[in-house]
Amino acid sequence: MTAGTGEIKTKELTISMGPQHPATHGVLRVVLDLDGETVVKCTPYVGYLHRGTEKLAENRTYLSALPLMDRLDYISSMSNDIGYCVAVERLFGIEPPERAKYIRTIMGEMTRISSHIIGVATHALDIGAMTLFLYSFRDREWLLDLFEMTCGARLTVSYPRIGGVRNDVSQKFLDSLYKFTEEFPKKIEDEYETLIDQNRIWLQRTKGIGVISAEDAINWGLTGPTLRGSGVPYDVRKYAPYDAYDKVEFDVPIGKNGDVYDRYKCRMEELKQSNRIIKQCIEKMPTGPVMAPDAPKFTLPPKDKVLTDMESLIHQFVLITKGPMNAPEGEIYAATEVPKGELGFYIISDGTGKPYRLRLRAPSFVHVSVLPVLCKGGLVSDVIANIGTIDIVLGECDR
Amino acid sequence: MEPKEIAELIKERFVSEVLDIKDFCDQVSVIVKKDRIKEIMKYLHSTPELYFDLLTDLCGVDYLGKKEPRFEVVYHLYSIKHRHMIRIKAEVADDECSIDSVVDIWAGADWHERECFDLYGIAFNGHPDLRRILMPEDWEGHPLRKDYPLKSDLGDMEWKGVKEVIEIAEKNKGYEVR
Repeated sequence: MTAGTGEIKTKELTISMGPQHPATHGVLRVVLDLDGETVVKCTPYVGYLHRGTEKLAENRTYLSALPLMDRLDYISSMSNDIGYCVAVERLFGIEPPERAKYIRTIMGEMTRISSHIIGVATHALDIGAMTLFLYSFRDREWLLDLFEMTCGARLTVSYPRIGGVRNDVSQKFLDSLYKFTEEFPKKIEDEYETLIDQNRIWLQRTKGIGVISAEDAINWGLTGPTLRGSGVPYDVRKYAPYDAYDKVEFDVPIGKNGDVYDRYKCRMEELKQSNRIIKQCIEKMPTGPVMAPDAPKFTLPPKDKVLTDMESLIHQFVLITKGPMNAPEGEIYAATEVPKGELGFYIISDGTGKPYRLRLRAPSFVHVSVLPVLCKGGLVSDVIANIGTIDIVLGECDR
Repeated sequence: MEPKEIAELIKERFVSEVLDIKDFCDQVSVIVKKDRIKEIMKYLHSTPELYFDLLTDLCGVDYLGKKEPRFEVVYHLYSIKHRHMIRIKAEVADDECSIDSVVDIWAGADWHERECFDLYGIAFNGHPDLRRILMPEDWEGHPLRKDYPLKSDLGDMEWKGVKEVIEIAEKNKGYEVR
């Protein structure tokens, strides 16, 4: 600066945020071109967690590709597994029994609750509201304990199976979950919403930030709460119901302005709706088997049968080593609504026990691509709010 | 609208372009030539009774040794307004491995096309920023191609990032960890 002339020379500054950064929710790198505190250009770089899931799945049988799906969106692994099973079932023409459908719906919604509270809590933590984070972990713990009670795992569950679920749920599970659904709505209202809904700092950091119109949101391919925040009621559970979603009542909450606050409100409302779905499912829960009995060539036979029955032993052996032998030739695209958005599986079968091509349409991948649009022209601090609001998990984004 | 009707509409409008229509599990695939893909997509996006506003997915498929031409680019389109979907498949040959980009119709195609380029080596003409996305920038080869090895001893051809890690591990071998 030359003294006296009053002219200050400025130039754009390029900084790299991530891949190791607490607010990027994993290994996301964002390169920011800044003019003072204003973001001129924002370029996300992904791929740090690429494990080649699609390539791996092509070389595994339909059954053994299931555990790979756990590791996509690792905080809502149950939903991914359900999505994969629904896709393979449609391809093979298997109809899972009613009870299995209800159990899957319950599990899917439990995952949605645990994913949304983590999403909102880390989002709030990034912006500076820490208490919510502690509350959310308390509630999530309850749900994870219930997962553990049913299948022995808390995170990478691999519980749903092609044709049903691995094992039935216990009465103790249902009682504990029912108690959860009784208490949870009050917790949302008393603890979560009173903390940040009217909080002046929260409102200033979220209202009018990262605005995207309904038209643009669809054009960019957004799905899930990120799209619904802009006022588009697109929800796969309503538009193309799977499992037991056509037998329960629930609303699809939508926002109006398409800003960070509206997307947050959508997630909060969805928590209540998920709670409603779980409650209805427990009340309506039918009895019966949890695995499709008419598909022995696709699903593993029960263990006691394997030890006593010759045919079951052969089925087990062939299924584990070669995969389903009479898979139809064809292709299918099946979408399910996971907490982050629409998770699609495009499977091409060539009649062997392994998928010829398995394509994953991951919502997080699409959502990261919209980050430059949300961040452009905003402040550096809004980048953090925007990363939180699209609710990404990089395991799913990079696959 | 029923998927079959949509397929017929496309066939009527683009007679010379549509090669085949396949129906499996109530999902209809329309296989087309790649030359006028952008025109077809524009038609699907802008016709009011079709109005495919959401590009759900775009991906590549490699049919090495199974059929000619070798590659296919698969578009899954959905209309939120009319609640119908269609699958468009464009055939891409190995020796002329490129297809027109649809980024200016659906902005969301941007990263899908980059991924397809990265993993299959299919170039998208008119894409604003065609770079690798999941693999490192200096990676050689396209991993999802069927002739790309799943696991092999590449020796000197190994990516230098891996070589560095192996070197460091070799160097630190002598130290005992207590």
